[in-house]
Amino acid sequence: MRVKRISLKDKQEQQEAENLSLMNPMIEEYRGKKGNLIPLLQGVQTLFGYIPHEAFLKLHDEAGLKLADMYGVATFYAQFRLNPVGKHIIKVCHGTACHVQNAMKLTEALMESLKIKDGETTEDNLFTLESVACLGCCSLAPVMMIGEETYGKLDGKKSVKIIKEIRLSEKN
Amino acid sequence: MKTKIIVGLGSCGIAAGAGKVYNMIKQLVEVDKLDIELKQTSCIGMCYREPLVEVIDNTGRYLYGDITIDNVTELMDRHIENGEPIRELVVESDLFRGSEQGYSEGQVKIALRNCGYMDPESIEEAEDRKAYKAIRMVAEDKLSQDDVIKSVLESGIRGRGGGGFSTGLKWRFANNNKSDTKYIICNADEGDPGAFMDRSLLEGDPHAIIEGMILGAYAIGATGGIIYCRAEYPLAIKRLNIALHQAREKGYLGNNIMGIKGFNLDIYVKEGAGAFVCGEETALIASVEGERGMPRKRPPFPAESGLWKKPTNINNVETFANIPYIVLNGGDAYNKYGTVKSKGTKVFALTGKIKHGGLVEVPMGFSIREIIFGLGGGIQDDKKFKAVQLGGPSGGCIPEHLIDTAVDYDSVNATGAIMGSGGMVVMDETTCMVDMARFFLNFTQEESCGKCTFCRIGTKRMLEILTRITEGKGEDGDIEKLEELSEQIKDGSLCGLGQTAPNPVLTTIRYFRDEYEAHINDKKCPAKHCKALLTYEIIPDMCTGCTVCAVKCPTDTISGKRKEIHFIHQEGCIQCGECFSRCNFDAIKVY
Repeated sequence: MRVKRISLKDKQEQQEAENLSLMNPMIEEYRGKKGNLIPLLQGVQTLFGYIPHEAFLKLHDEAGLKLADMYGVATFYAQFRLNPVGKHIIKVCHGTACHVQNAMKLTEALMESLKIKDGETTEDNLFTLESVACLGCCSLAPVMMIGEETYGKLDGKKSVKIIKEIRLSEKN
Repeated sequence: MKTKIIVGLGSCGIAAGAGKVYNMIKQLVEVDKLDIELKQTSCIGMCYREPLVEVIDNTGRYLYGDITIDNVTELMDRHIENGEPIRELVVESDLFRGSEQGYSEGQVKIALRNCGYMDPESIEEAEDRKAYKAIRMVAEDKLSQDDVIKSVLESGIRGRGGGGFSTGLKWRFANNNKSDTKYIICNADEGDPGAFMDRSLLEGDPHAIIEGMILGAYAIGATGGIIYCRAEYPLAIKRLNIALHQAREKGYLGNNIMGIKGFNLDIYVKEGAGAFVCGEETALIASVEGERGMPRKRPPFPAESGLWKKPTNINNVETFANIPYIVLNGGDAYNKYGTVKSKGTKVFALTGKIKHGGLVEVPMGFSIREIIFGLGGGIQDDKKFKAVQLGGPSGGCIPEHLIDTAVDYDSVNATGAIMGSGGMVVMDETTCMVDMARFFLNFTQEESCGKCTFCRIGTKRMLEILTRITEGKGEDGDIEKLEELSEQIKDGSLCGLGQTAPNPVLTTIRYFRDEYEAHINDKKCPAKHCKALLTYEIIPDMCTGCTVCAVKCPTDTISGKRKEIHFIHQEGCIQCGECFSRCNFDAIKVY
C-alpha cells in the first residue's frame, strides 16, 4: 500500500535548516486557490529536493493548509520525499520491459559500487539511488535516469561507468 | 532546395544519444559553413534503430538508423559534402528499399500521423500537416455539438486507455448534463510499465491532443481543460506547454475560439505526483483537487459529477489524438479499419525480448503473430517465443498457442488478458512466468491506494505466496489459494486496479500451470530464472582448474587445486551465480 512511515526524530537530526523564505512567492501565488496543495508541495520539493519538516509548518501557518492533509498527500504519492537527497538522483527503471531485461542487475551493481542500499543516499551526498516504475523508454531497456538525462541499453558495468564519470566531473 | 537534416529527438532517441548527434551536426554545419537546414522531430517509432537521422536533399529522402557520434562525421562527409548516401545505414528511403522499409509498410498511421514527420515545437509545421483544420471546419461549416458527437459515434472509436468504452457515448452523456461549468481532462498519466505510446504522442504531436481536447470541449460544452501528465515525462510536459502557448497566441484557445461565439476554453498541464491508481478517473479527479488519489464509488459518474462536482469528461491521450482526424475526415474514414466491434487503429508499444522494439500502429484485428513476427521481426537472439504480456499489470500473459488471436477488445478479453493501453511485452523461454506474476503483483500491491480491504491485504497475501514459491518454499495448495484470493479481490475492489490486479496471476496459472507445479513440487524453475531453485555444478571434462570460480565464490564453497578439477559443495552454495558468470570455459552447468 502507498504509505511511507514518518519518523520525526531521525529527520530533525538529519535536516539542516533550509532557507524557507524562498517559498514566499509560491505561497502568494497559490494562496486560497482550490487544488493548491499538490502544486505547493511540488514547488517546495523543486526548491529543496525534498519537503523539510519546517516547510509543512510554514505552509500550515501561511497558506492555511491542514498538516494532516499535507502529510496524507505527501506520504501517498511516490514523488514526494521527506528526507534530503543527494545531488544526483539515480532512478533505475523497474518497469516490465526493464524487468524482463534484467534491471535488477543494474540496481545490484550500483548498490555495490555506491555502497548504499536502494533508496539511500551516499555519504558524500552526491547520489541517491531509487527504483522507479516505468520511465517510458522501454525499447531501450534496461534504462536509468539521472537528472533529466536517460541512459539506455545498460548493463551493470555501463551503469557503474556512468556514475564514475559523473563523480569525476564533480571533482574537477 | 536546401538540404534538410532532421534528428529524431524523442525521449528514447535522446537516451540513445540523439542529443549529442544533433549538437555534433550543428557544430559541423557551423564550422564548415554548410548551407543546411538542421531540424528536430520526435519519435517515428523505430526505437530499435535510434538515434535516427533523416536527410532530405535534391535526390530524395533518406532515413538513417544507428547514427552515433562515432559515425556522424562519416555521414556528413559522404552524404552531405560528397553527395554519396551511405546505403547500408539507410533504414527507409523513397528511392530504394531501406533495411527497415517493411516496418512502416505494414502500419496504418492515424494517431501517429505526425509523429516523427514534423518539429513538435513548431505550430506552423503542425498546421502544414492539418493541425487545427478540424476545429476550423467546425467553425466555418457551423457544425453543431451534436454533429461532432455524431461523427465520433460513427467512427466507433472506443477509449484507448484500456477501458474500451465508446468515446462518442461518453461525450453524449457529458453533453446531456447541463451545467454552466464543465471540464475536459486528458488522462496522460501513463503508468503501465511497458507502455509508452502516450509519451510518444505527447512528445511528437502535442497539437493533435490539444485539438482533440478543443473538439471534445466544444462537443460537451466544457470551459476548462486539464492535461494530467506524469511528472516522469519532463520532455512531454515541456513540449505540451510550448504547444499550449502557441495555440493561445494563434487563438485556438481563449475566448470565442475560431469565432464561435461563447466557446471559451483554456487548457493547462497538471503534473501528476506519481501514483499508478491516478489513471483511474475518479482517483485522477481527487488528485487534481489536491487530495490523495483514491477512487470513489460510481455512480455518480464523472460525466455527471466530476471535478469540483461539475460534469467532467476524461479521455486518454491516444483517443484525443485520433479525434481531429475523425472530425476532419468523417467517421467512415476511421471505421473502415478494424473489426466489427473494434474500429480503427491501435498503437502498440513493442518491448521485451523482441528484435524490433518500438511503436507500431495497426488496424484492430491484426493477429499477435503478425505484430510480433511480422513488424516486430521475431524474438531476440532467435530464442523461442513463450508469451506476450498485454495490458500491463491489469492484463495477462497470452501463450504461444494463442498467438493467432486477433488483437481487438473482445478477442483479447476472451484470453483472460485485456487490451489495456497497448503495451506488449514479449517474453522468451528464459522468462519465468511465476516470477512475472510476482513482478506484477508486487507492482499492484505497492500501488494499491489501500481503500478496499481485499485489494490492500489480499494482494499482499498473494505476493507473499508468490514470493515463497519463487524461493522454493511453495506448498501444496498454494495455487488454489492464489485462485481463491484472486476471485475475492476481483469482487471486493472498487476500482479497476483491484478488479484487474489478479489477472496476471490468473492467466499465468491458466496457461503455465506446469511452471507453478515445477516450482512447488519439484523445486525447479524451468526458465532457470529463480535463483533459489537453481543448482550449479562443474562439468569435470570442461574444467581447466583455473581457480577463478573458487576465488570469486563468496561462501568459499568451491574446492580444488590449481590445474585440478574443481567441485562445488552444494550445502554451502547460495546460488549467487558468480561462478557461472565468471567461468571462461563454459565448465559450469546450471539446472
